[in-house]
Amino acid sequence: MKAPAFAYLAPTTVEQALGYLHEVEGARVLAGGQSLMSMLNMRYAFPDCLIDINRIPALSYIRESGNLVEFGSMTRQRDVEFSNIVATRLPLLREAILHVGHRQTRNRGTVGGSLCQLDPSAEIPTIATAMDAKVSVASVRGTRAIDMADFPAGYMNPAMEPDEMLVSIGIEPWPQGHGHAFLEFSRRHGDFAIVSTAVLLLFGEDGLLSRVSITLGGIAAAPVRVTLAENVLLQTRGTQRDVERAVAICLAVDSTSDTYIPAWYRQRLAGALTGRALNIALKRAGKQ
Amino acid sequence: MSISNPIPDLSAARPITLVVNGKTCNGHAEPRVNLVDFLRGELHLTGTHVGCEHGVCGACTVLVDGVSTRGCLMLAVQADGTNICTIEGLSDPDGAFHPLQKAFHELHALQCGFCTPGILMSAAELLASNNDPGEDAVREVLSGHLCRCTGYTNIVTAILRAAAIMRGE
Amino acid sequence: MSLNQNLGIGESHFRQEDEALLTGNARFLDDIQVPAPLQACFVRSPHAHARILGMNLDAARAMPGVVAVYAAADLFGELTYWRMPLGFPLAALPDNTTPFVLASDEVAFVGEAMAVVIAQTRSQAEDAAALVQIEYELLQVVSDCRKAVETASPTVRTELDSNVLQDYTLSYGDCDHAFRNAGHTFTESFWVHRGCAHPMEGRGVLAALDPSTEMLTLWSSTQMSHELHYAVALMLGQPEDKLRVITPDVGGGFGAKYMIYPEEVVIPAVARKLGRAVKWVEDRRENFLTSIQERDQYWTVSVAADREGRLLAIKGGFVHDHGAYTPQGTNVAYNAASSLTGPYIVPAFDLNVKVAYTNKVPVATIRGAGYPQATFVMERLLDRLAADLGVDAVECRMRNLIPPEKIPYTKPLKSRAGVPLTVDSADFPALLQTATRAIDYPGFAARREAAAKRHVLLGVAFANSVKPTGRGPFESARVRVQPSGRISIYTGATAMGQGIKTTLAQLCAVHFGLPPDAIDVIAGDTSFIGYGMGGFASRQSIMAGTAVSNAAIKVSRKAIAAAAVILKVDESILQLSHGEVHTAGYEHRISLARLAMLLKGVPGYALPLTTDPGLDETVHFHCDVQTFSGASHACEVEVDPQTGGIKIVRYVAVQDSGNIINPQLARGQVHGGVVHGIGNAVFEWMGYDENAQPLTTTFAEYLLPTATEVPEIEVIFAPSPTTLNPLGVKGIGEAATIPVAAAVIGAVENALTGCGVRICEFPLTPVKLLELIIAAGGDHSPLAASVPERTEDGIHQ
Repeated sequence: MKAPAFAYLAPTTVEQALGYLHEVEGARVLAGGQSLMSMLNMRYAFPDCLIDINRIPALSYIRESGNLVEFGSMTRQRDVEFSNIVATRLPLLREAILHVGHRQTRNRGTVGGSLCQLDPSAEIPTIATAMDAKVSVASVRGTRAIDMADFPAGYMNPAMEPDEMLVSIGIEPWPQGHGHAFLEFSRRHGDFAIVSTAVLLLFGEDGLLSRVSITLGGIAAAPVRVTLAENVLLQTRGTQRDVERAVAICLAVDSTSDTYIPAWYRQRLAGALTGRALNIALKRAGKQ
Repeated sequence: MSISNPIPDLSAARPITLVVNGKTCNGHAEPRVNLVDFLRGELHLTGTHVGCEHGVCGACTVLVDGVSTRGCLMLAVQADGTNICTIEGLSDPDGAFHPLQKAFHELHALQCGFCTPGILMSAAELLASNNDPGEDAVREVLSGHLCRCTGYTNIVTAILRAAAIMRGE
Repeated sequence: MSLNQNLGIGESHFRQEDEALLTGNARFLDDIQVPAPLQACFVRSPHAHARILGMNLDAARAMPGVVAVYAAADLFGELTYWRMPLGFPLAALPDNTTPFVLASDEVAFVGEAMAVVIAQTRSQAEDAAALVQIEYELLQVVSDCRKAVETASPTVRTELDSNVLQDYTLSYGDCDHAFRNAGHTFTESFWVHRGCAHPMEGRGVLAALDPSTEMLTLWSSTQMSHELHYAVALMLGQPEDKLRVITPDVGGGFGAKYMIYPEEVVIPAVARKLGRAVKWVEDRRENFLTSIQERDQYWTVSVAADREGRLLAIKGGFVHDHGAYTPQGTNVAYNAASSLTGPYIVPAFDLNVKVAYTNKVPVATIRGAGYPQATFVMERLLDRLAADLGVDAVECRMRNLIPPEKIPYTKPLKSRAGVPLTVDSADFPALLQTATRAIDYPGFAARREAAAKRHVLLGVAFANSVKPTGRGPFESARVRVQPSGRISIYTGATAMGQGIKTTLAQLCAVHFGLPPDAIDVIAGDTSFIGYGMGGFASRQSIMAGTAVSNAAIKVSRKAIAAAAVILKVDESILQLSHGEVHTAGYEHRISLARLAMLLKGVPGYALPLTTDPGLDETVHFHCDVQTFSGASHACEVEVDPQTGGIKIVRYVAVQDSGNIINPQLARGQVHGGVVHGIGNAVFEWMGYDENAQPLTTTFAEYLLPTATEVPEIEVIFAPSPTTLNPLGVKGIGEAATIPVAAAVIGAVENALTGCGVRICEFPLTPVKLLELIIAAGGDHSPLAASVPERTEDGIHQ
């Protein structure tokens, strides 16, 4: 299984990359390669040209900027895993990143690459959805921001023009004292999740939940924020009864069916994982 | 630089220079050639193996700038200017076994040996950053590798033993 | 010294194979350096059944780097036959069963090869292969073997009248009587699926013709080098002494390389035609599509027993998916049928077997060779019987196991060659007892309670199996002391990772008082030894081991005899140690090297002995009777009733493999065999759709177990030594795989006691498990949903 021939360009600046993307027909961006290389080897993809952005140092960073944590799109997943900023400000992401593939995957794979691949089961898009991330995409025409909720245009299809490139992602951390949990169910360690759950919650001074985020990965064409379940928990104390009501909603989320996994099973996992994740998050938030 | 159409030249072979096991190596490869095929073909380092070409089996794992990398998921041209460690560089220059090789040998952690070089490189990376991993950490690293022969039991024991040797026990 | 020590048995010598493998210096097929080899890529059918109306190779031939593109007709001049020879020739099979060297009129499975592209690089060959233009007329596809056997079914190949390759019944005793008088009867249906072999190294062939000697050298990643030599000489009309087959380092076989494949004929034919070295390295997709598999069987079986759970009769039948051709006989089905009773006494038996063609890649033996299927069925039947009658599962088995006082026990069914199958040595109840003790069966109830507190269901199960090992008719070994003093073993046995070279070396070295490292072993090279059978059916420790041992004994005795003549002393005061023959006090001594030199002959001078020259003996160990290797496994499993997820928390394998030559290597075989079985039980599904299009063609879709899914495998050897070979050994390569699916699935079902679930299939996925729980009304989870949609018909998962 050898890749087909392609032209190859390796820009060293963002500007150069954007210029190539705009000029060259049938070009694809090569980021970490953990998805694209398999497709090339199996001849499922036939790009005329690969634009390798691994030699643009300006695209790889993790930094706090105002109220956000910002990631350059070429930040290796490995760097996310070992980042102090992520560990302290974005514990949900830290928890999830450990499920991304294996050591070798995270050593090369990138935050931006995973976001643009938009595999509905992938952890990074799921967390980005859970945390209302904002992504920045650039082209020769300039830069624009896209809310994560608007980023998936369809199944594995980001809402970007063919000559646009993802350059950075901004995530606003939840306040200290928030509860978080990430759980996934897969056949083997490191496999893509069949279904995953990302939960964030925050209690107000009155002891009632003031903010809730519940996201399901792998359930549909893109990660799903289950706002109905979130709403059912808002302004409650997060009792078992409240959790059960949220779980019941997750059991009914519209789910994909495919050759291996029927919709009802995805729903089942959604319920099971969300129930468990909520309980963990509630404990971590200092309640229950 | 701006180009109107992709010039055919851009898919042609180009020179690649990299350091492999401490030695500077030069070769040529088309952009489409992946790193493991380049190491095996152009550089005649056949110790790293090809098992699946889609990033699951781990047989092609080498260290690129110190971190474990699937050689089938990286282009040779991307390795230009990097520092690579392969199985051929694991033992001492005088031929003495690395503690991992010694432990694998004594604890029968390999049978056909096809998956072994990749596993050894991942294990070397683990022990370089964690000198006392538990069994869970070892199994987690191994989960990025497929072995059909050993059932993994002895591989786990051997990596733990190598760690002990390296701690001086 | 014990008998074992005298024979070199019992020590866990480190492996001589390891040095090269650990340092990156091994020579697997694709590592072999020959000058400027061309690379091959096969053009393979995308359709499961079609007529080939036309083929245009022009565009492919014009591609950069392409040296040649050959279809069937282009190779006519190189071949004597157009169909592959039948492995295990069986008079009862028609002569239109084997694959074609290259399909030219009709293709019968996705992946069947129709042409080959030869280019400078594999990349260029693949580029060109994509431009081969083929016009097809699609024909009706048969995907499900159950439909294949229906009279109205279209045939898998137009040359066939029927898809039923074989339809036979094995029976003994009076089943009707037994069922009429039984205390309890029931019927159960099973789906058993065994997937693929997936050695980490795929197949590969390298052929090079040396014009100066006219020798055609063929390297192949094979388990049967001499058979390959025979087949290629036959198919190419190549003189036998101008063909050499060399087995390189082999990265696992597991049965998939125990086959003569069309590629192994095409590549040497092309190399000879072009006068160039040609290499083909199978990639993983090709392996998924075209390496043999074991795949599906569908069983329906009825059991008659008394009220205490003693079996009276088993009757029923199964349909076996054999694939599109029969390259190597139909023994997987026969084995499954004839081994159903396993280590149990079943007084009456009637089992119909239908071997069906389907439009999928051919089925042949994978580790276990049909025995895992039978063991699964038998063990599930016993668990059902025990549950129905309220008898403990272990007790039910004890009541049916062949007791030690009946050993040797001749089973009522014969082997496929018509030879009686006699369990020569065994203590089945003791094996099971050992397993129950090792897993702490009495303590299980308490563990189950503790698990329930964590909302986890715990289950335990046992499975027993027995397999004849040491298939004959012979294996070859030549032991030769070189004039340099080095000792060589040449054998027809083949190495594929199991450490056979170290095993043979230690069986030899002991007779010369040398460490095993002093022995060089060349396995599977037809230039070194004329006859051999190879590695399959758990035979090489027995067959090659005995051959080596006998040869080494002969050589060492001859060395002493020759030394006695040369040193002019009596044989009785001579001993052989550290590569020297000497008297106890070393007053007289002579090295093996000098002896070998003296025995090679000097013109005009008599040899020291009136025997053949050299310290060089070839032994073909004949044995047509197999020795039976028993196993008793115990498995403990946690089940998450909310997700259907399972976790194997303990696995104990008790094995009777007779005397253990090298305990560390033997334990390794058990570890690997068990994990293969775990793969079969819960992970490995080689899926096809209703058009026989393969669905699972990558390691992301076809799941092999990794280190995080399996526990430490605990091994206990409990030998019942055999007298059928002088070493007292039994085979071990497959024995540890055979009971695993039964044990794992049984444990899952046991965890669900009270949910009314019976699991009659493998592989078992979490989806399927939940479906079964819900359908049985046993879903007490707070997440209980309404009856789920069925998974699509035709895609059996």
